[in-house]
Amino acid sequence: MTGLMREGDPVRRLEVLRGTTPPRPHDARAIAALAANPGCARRALMDGAGIDKDAAARHLGFPAPFGQSPFAITRGNAFEALVKADGCAELLRMLRELLGLPIAEVAYHDVENVGAHLRHAHTRALIDRAARDGGEGAPSPEAGAEATAPPATETAGPGEAVSTAGTLYDHPLLSLRIAGHTAYLEPDVVAFQLGGRFRIVEIKSFAVIDGQADPSSVAAAARQAAVYVLALRTMLEELGHDPLMVSHDVVLVCPENFANRPVATLVDVRKQLAVLRRQLDRMTTLDRLLDGLPDELTFDLRPDEDGRPTRPVAELSDALRRTTARYAPDCLSTCDLCFFCRDEARQEGASDLLGRQVRDELGGVASVAEALGLADGTRDPAEGQEEIARLLRNAERLRRECLT
Amino acid sequence: MSLLTSLARLRALDEGIAQPVATVRHCHLAERPMVFIPLKLSGEAAAPLAAMLGTDRGDPRLLVVPQPRNRDLRFAWAAELAGVLLPYVEGFLGDTETVERRNADPYERTVDAPQIIVPNQGGMAFVRLLGRSTRFRRTDGPYPVPESVPLLGRWLTYFAERAAYPGSSLMLAATDELGRHWASGQSSLEDANLAALLSWITTGPSDDAEDPLVWPPAGPATDPGFDAEVLAPAIEGGSPERVAEALRTQLEPTWRLMWQAIDLLAGLPEGASVAQRWEQDRGSFSGMAAHVAEGTPPQARRDGAVAAAAKLARMERAQAAYDVQRAYDDPLVMAEYRLTGEAFAGEVIETVPDNVEGEGRSRKLRPLVVIKTDDPVRLAPGTSLGTPQRRTQGAELVSADDGLVTVKITKGMGRGRTAAPGAVPEVGERVCYTSLTDDFQGSPSLPESEATPWTHGGPPQEYTPDDEDAQEEWS
Repeated sequence: MTGLMREGDPVRRLEVLRGTTPPRPHDARAIAALAANPGCARRALMDGAGIDKDAAARHLGFPAPFGQSPFAITRGNAFEALVKADGCAELLRMLRELLGLPIAEVAYHDVENVGAHLRHAHTRALIDRAARDGGEGAPSPEAGAEATAPPATETAGPGEAVSTAGTLYDHPLLSLRIAGHTAYLEPDVVAFQLGGRFRIVEIKSFAVIDGQADPSSVAAAARQAAVYVLALRTMLEELGHDPLMVSHDVVLVCPENFANRPVATLVDVRKQLAVLRRQLDRMTTLDRLLDGLPDELTFDLRPDEDGRPTRPVAELSDALRRTTARYAPDCLSTCDLCFFCRDEARQEGASDLLGRQVRDELGGVASVAEALGLADGTRDPAEGQEEIARLLRNAERLRRECLT
Repeated sequence: MSLLTSLARLRALDEGIAQPVATVRHCHLAERPMVFIPLKLSGEAAAPLAAMLGTDRGDPRLLVVPQPRNRDLRFAWAAELAGVLLPYVEGFLGDTETVERRNADPYERTVDAPQIIVPNQGGMAFVRLLGRSTRFRRTDGPYPVPESVPLLGRWLTYFAERAAYPGSSLMLAATDELGRHWASGQSSLEDANLAALLSWITTGPSDDAEDPLVWPPAGPATDPGFDAEVLAPAIEGGSPERVAEALRTQLEPTWRLMWQAIDLLAGLPEGASVAQRWEQDRGSFSGMAAHVAEGTPPQARRDGAVAAAAKLARMERAQAAYDVQRAYDDPLVMAEYRLTGEAFAGEVIETVPDNVEGEGRSRKLRPLVVIKTDDPVRLAPGTSLGTPQRRTQGAELVSADDGLVTVKITKGMGRGRTAAPGAVPEVGERVCYTSLTDDFQGSPSLPESEATPWTHGGPPQEYTPDDEDAQEEWS
């Protein structure tokens, strides 16, 4: 193909990459993970093109090591239903207590009730209206919503406009530009608006016991919430509003202790936001990644009528290997393709396999053979490797001395 | 992780078999450890599903909650567990020794103590949460439980808290202990998989280790595929036997791995300081037993500020002591300090055993030793040194250059005009000196709990278990 195609149509090229396989939307978990490993070109391309990595990994014979137990799913759904029951009555009670706001009434919009293709536009319109009304007409929360504006008297159904009291938006469809392309987020999240101030509410089913929760679960929740905050801020900015109308304190709702009773906590995600923004900026744009690839390259699984992939495995595997992955053991908990990339790293004898700590300690010695060569003294250090070579030789001498 | 361990990992990856990172065992191994493999219901904080446990590898006990969402069945399970664990724990209380203490009354210490071995950190966390969810239960009132349940909760809480104490062996996680003694050719993240780590140590890496159909996860989480395809239908079916058999298939492989891990650790000679740390464990265990016997209330939900600060200080001191002891016990651990220049080893090439300093009454014997070493020494003259070869001895660095180090012995060579025989190393002897010393550190002076300053929340409320604790839902 010619250069014409290259300049003109990265979107078309991404479609070629995906081929006939149906696209898969992003969720915040995927974006949070993408930001965790921004240097991975393979993942950036596959996610950018909306490729179902899970299906690809299965077809390659490297199915992802994670699934969700039906018990966990049931529990998660039951908890969410409890929090959102009766137009989010329980959630409203917690928001009142947590934020100390006189939220008299709350309107509830379930954006999911409109057709999928309209959801994003609908979300945009709702948020725009809320920001406009909240910014001008609505009283500040401190002044007391009840005093100056009559609260809505009934909980509004979908599509009804109530903007003076608090408003909850369930299942809003947000979007975020990732690596030069728009990704739609289908958040399992609620946005809360009062007096022109927005907050992201995230409902998670891990327990908070005596005020403490599993730190890795909280960190993951905070990373995801940051994606939503950023997406909502971006939307407001595009609509000409002040992006800082979205609070950086997100409301995390979890079961308390061993019961199902929900408890809400404010989590400051400023740090996660900063990391996310920096990493999204830094992410190599897809256009540049595409430039280095042959035009006809595709990760198509060629599904048959029943959706079963028919593409020869070796062919798909070769196609994937044309893109560079940046494997790290952390991928094992976040990326569907992790076993495939780990296998590749093993074949290459990359020191990445042993984790970032080892990699950092080796200070830029990328391969196992190279590091061992320096330690044994069978390989001369390249420029800049003298110090690590000296350390490795010393370490090798000490190990030999102690083990013989 | 140090560069030495990183190198061992690289070597393991290259050779396809784990490499030793210790030459002696740094944990105590009980004669009759209680192997405990708990499983919990996915998605729940601490809803027990099953456990396999016992002290006899040929005779594991399987305890199952046939309907994990049923609260009564969960407490019945906790009572069954107490029926196995409490007799084991209490079995150590009969045989005690009297320990004399300076400035304090003598106390009774058990001559041995229980040891619980769980597969991994997840198992430890489950023990802590199970303890938390059972220790406040009441034996009377609206939701009564058998008497053994709150007692079990207190002991489990104790074991979990003690496990966070560096160097303690009362409760061990198999993957942690294996990882302290062998470096695999995989990342530390993957080392948390018991089957994978053991296969690196014994036969070399195997993909089977990550296949839940060959080696089910070592808990406490179960394999999602198993949950969906086997466990959920079995629970729906309402047949307790079917549920128990399904869970047995998930636990038995791990049971075998646990004993394999114990055998591997038992194959290493015990480090010299292990007995001393186990003695502290026995003392701590005896103290807990005394608390229980006195009828003190269960451990509070959270420590007060003073108690937390005191605990932290104790743990920091324990960590420092544990690091030093491991280095003194094990040349391969000491090698890490030699690599960073905090220790050096080599051959004695010259001695001045009768060297003295000062005149008249202040005349002191200060034998000099010159050591030839290949290690990079990064210690300043005047640094206090210790040596694993003569643990009671103190020394001081005089000078170090060009691979020749002169040290002066300052302590532990006898009180006579000449050094006690054997106190000064002979020419040709290999010795090691290090700036790491296990010196006694005083505990920080903390106010009494009642005098907690307002900056730290003021005096904590006296903890009294209330009905709310006892009736807390456990759904």
